[in-house]
Amino acid sequence: MWGIQMEKNFRFKLNGKTIDLASSPERMLLWVLRSDLELTGTKYSCGEGFCGACTVLVDNEPVLSCQFPLKEAEGKEVLTIEGLGKNGELHPLQDAFMQHNALQCGFCTPGMLLGAYALLLKNPEPSTKDIVDTMEGNLCRCGSYKRIIQAIQTAARTMRGERP
Amino acid sequence: MKEDEYHFTLDRREFLKLVGSGIVVFFTTGDPFALQQRRDRGYPADFNAYLRIGEDGRVSCFTGKIEMGQGIHTSLAQMLAEELDVPLDKVDMVMGDTDLCPYDGGTFGSRSTKYFGPPLRQAAAEARAILIQLASERLQVDQKNLVAKEGVIFHQQNPQKKISYAQLAQGKKIERHLEEKPPIKPYRNHTVSGRPTDRMDARQKVTGEAKFTGDIRLPGMLHAKILRPPAHGETLKSVIVSAAKEIEGVTIIQDEDMIAVLHKYPDMAEQALGLIDARFEPFRSKLDNQTIFRHLKNSAQEGDVVTEKGNVEEGKRLSAKTFDKTYYNHYVAHAPSEPHAALVNIEGNKATVWASTQSPFRAQAEVAQVLGFPQEKVRVITPFVGCGFGGKNQGYQIVEAARLAKLTGKPVQVAWSRKEEFFYDTFRPAAIIDIKSGLDGSNKIVFWEYRNYFAGDRSSQPFYDIPHFRVLSMGGRGGSVHPFGTGAWRGPGSNTNVFAMESQVDGMAEAAGMDPLEFRLHNLDDERMRRVLMAAAEKFGKSFSRAPSGKGYGLACTDYLGTYLATIAEVDVNKNNSEVRVKRVVCAQDTGEVINPEGVRMQIEGCITMGLGYCFTEEIRFSNGRILDENFDTYEIPRFSWTPQIETVLVDNPEMPPQGCGEPAITSMGAVIANAVYDAIGKRMFTLPMTPDRIKEALS
Repeated sequence: MWGIQMEKNFRFKLNGKTIDLASSPERMLLWVLRSDLELTGTKYSCGEGFCGACTVLVDNEPVLSCQFPLKEAEGKEVLTIEGLGKNGELHPLQDAFMQHNALQCGFCTPGMLLGAYALLLKNPEPSTKDIVDTMEGNLCRCGSYKRIIQAIQTAARTMRGERP
Repeated sequence: MKEDEYHFTLDRREFLKLVGSGIVVFFTTGDPFALQQRRDRGYPADFNAYLRIGEDGRVSCFTGKIEMGQGIHTSLAQMLAEELDVPLDKVDMVMGDTDLCPYDGGTFGSRSTKYFGPPLRQAAAEARAILIQLASERLQVDQKNLVAKEGVIFHQQNPQKKISYAQLAQGKKIERHLEEKPPIKPYRNHTVSGRPTDRMDARQKVTGEAKFTGDIRLPGMLHAKILRPPAHGETLKSVIVSAAKEIEGVTIIQDEDMIAVLHKYPDMAEQALGLIDARFEPFRSKLDNQTIFRHLKNSAQEGDVVTEKGNVEEGKRLSAKTFDKTYYNHYVAHAPSEPHAALVNIEGNKATVWASTQSPFRAQAEVAQVLGFPQEKVRVITPFVGCGFGGKNQGYQIVEAARLAKLTGKPVQVAWSRKEEFFYDTFRPAAIIDIKSGLDGSNKIVFWEYRNYFAGDRSSQPFYDIPHFRVLSMGGRGGSVHPFGTGAWRGPGSNTNVFAMESQVDGMAEAAGMDPLEFRLHNLDDERMRRVLMAAAEKFGKSFSRAPSGKGYGLACTDYLGTYLATIAEVDVNKNNSEVRVKRVVCAQDTGEVINPEGVRMQIEGCITMGLGYCFTEEIRFSNGRILDENFDTYEIPRFSWTPQIETVLVDNPEMPPQGCGEPAITSMGAVIANAVYDAIGKRMFTLPMTPDRIKEALS
């Protein structure tokens, strides 16, 4: 029972900054981010790894933070939506989501952006099929998929230095 | 009671105190439903919204409507900016805050732009007239020589002579109530309204800064998890909470029927809840998704006539061919991205509530009642709402959070898990539609007899030229007939009705030996409907044949509360695994004057995509009061790979006032896909969703 387990000290990088915190090792990263660290951009939507709303990057790999124990973040680099833009500048993906209006209610958007960012790190020139296959686990109830695909393609072009 | 005898909880003067100085214009929306509700509840009947030009020149619109993704945050701002001649980025929408906004009945039914927009325009025109008047006094220039542009009023001949709205509003406290209607701009002169406009809330949403209810943090707040029965109808028999108490920092509350575990971390509260040993009295029910339709039929009441014309018996005598079919749909969940959440903070005799709700004023009344507070001592603030679709008209989590805040003396958040969301959702009702209809010798529909069991009657009025028809509702949406909560679901009633009606029409087209488009045009006088059909067909660009042609083309059209639309789909049915792939969907919609073409297209695309869920997979399975679908592993909603090629046509109709667009296009999805599947395989699907199992059964 982790709730009554001893707390341990953890150190990891979060959006470029070193974080030291004491907590139970089995707690899911999602709740540590949202509660202990008050970074609420990462969303709870299904809690069981079926929807992708809680996607963050750990050492550049997309993970479902509702299923990712804190202990596995030890010594690693975590990226959340709050760290996607740099120095007040939006990331090209964020720009592209705005330009294509690739969101409605916006609740799934942070998870979509992080999932797309992880994809573009590995595959700077994804086909539509690559995007669909990679993003298949991210759900958008408002039904913005068509525009999200377009936005990812636009961002990919921008990041490759082509005209968007 | 005379109108001036009403007791107003907050009158205009009190609102003015709250909003501070500037120029304020009150106005009343023309939504008949909202007006009635406001009267019933003792709110002022003479205004329900206002706008303010502040001393900084920014314009604020205060409305009890809420933003849940549908985009009125942007479209209403466009209407205001247009009429007031201010840049769009100078407009602030203040929405769903019961302290700052006058009463509103709730955000649903695609009513916001339709009913709120036109009076907002009038109010903005009034504000502009006041500003011109003030500028005339300050600049010593005759009003007729003054022009307003982008928040500045200047002399037409001498543009150096100018004054800004900000300067005019400074030190002013002007209150106007709109009585005479100043002229509004003809749509031809619009430069902001009618132009494709990006969402004004997008930046907050792509940076993670946008706050939803669950994102609000208060010092000392606790997260509550509440003990739930495993099934509807089960009651608590015994409970042992001692193990849960072992967790450090946990608070356990037992109050009447509620047992809650609270902790500063939500996951710890959840963990502690799991340690509670609770026994429930089992509940036996014969109802499940196999038996539900028989139960519904047996629960039918004597039918209320929704609409009728001519004499159905006479129509039957005139028929050369008759058709008698029954259509079914199962329970469907709202499944909003953001599960219901609420945070309540009580300080002294005042409560502040943050809630994911479509009805902040309803929440205010419920919280006031449960706390024993006067309504004006409860403030409901509506942050961004992550989908609603009608599912957030109700929200028991708000009352639960209020009770727990009172009992603990701390701010308390109740945020439902996905499982709770599926358990307490007010599902779209399972329903049955019986249709008898007939064609005469010239392939005209001569009679139509429609029995609606619990879908709700919206969109059940025939729009074809039928001389003899009768539409009966056999008991509304059913209420307690259903084994759990049901309610309005995006396009309530219409999804089921359009599925049945337009499937029936397709069957008649085949019997008439005509293709689906030809047959509809043959039976339609309504010019608007003919126009959307032609527009969709033109965009689709391929010709229909009499079904089943093997091509997999489907067509459906409807009138949703004044918005007309026609949808065409192209599908492939895989005969090996009975799966349907939707390749392309074209939708032509006449929504009257279009305020934000980009916003309307987004809504149509969203409707089409979301609608595929209830076509193919979305069906709540249940047994003995248990909801068997508890998450997205078994309750499948549309995903990236489902996305067809989507094309939207906005049929120009600017002379007609703007109509709603958040729901209409989803209502035709069941029919258009069923018709396309029929065209592909020659088997008609009478039940939604059209799962591979049902298609396989039809094929065998």
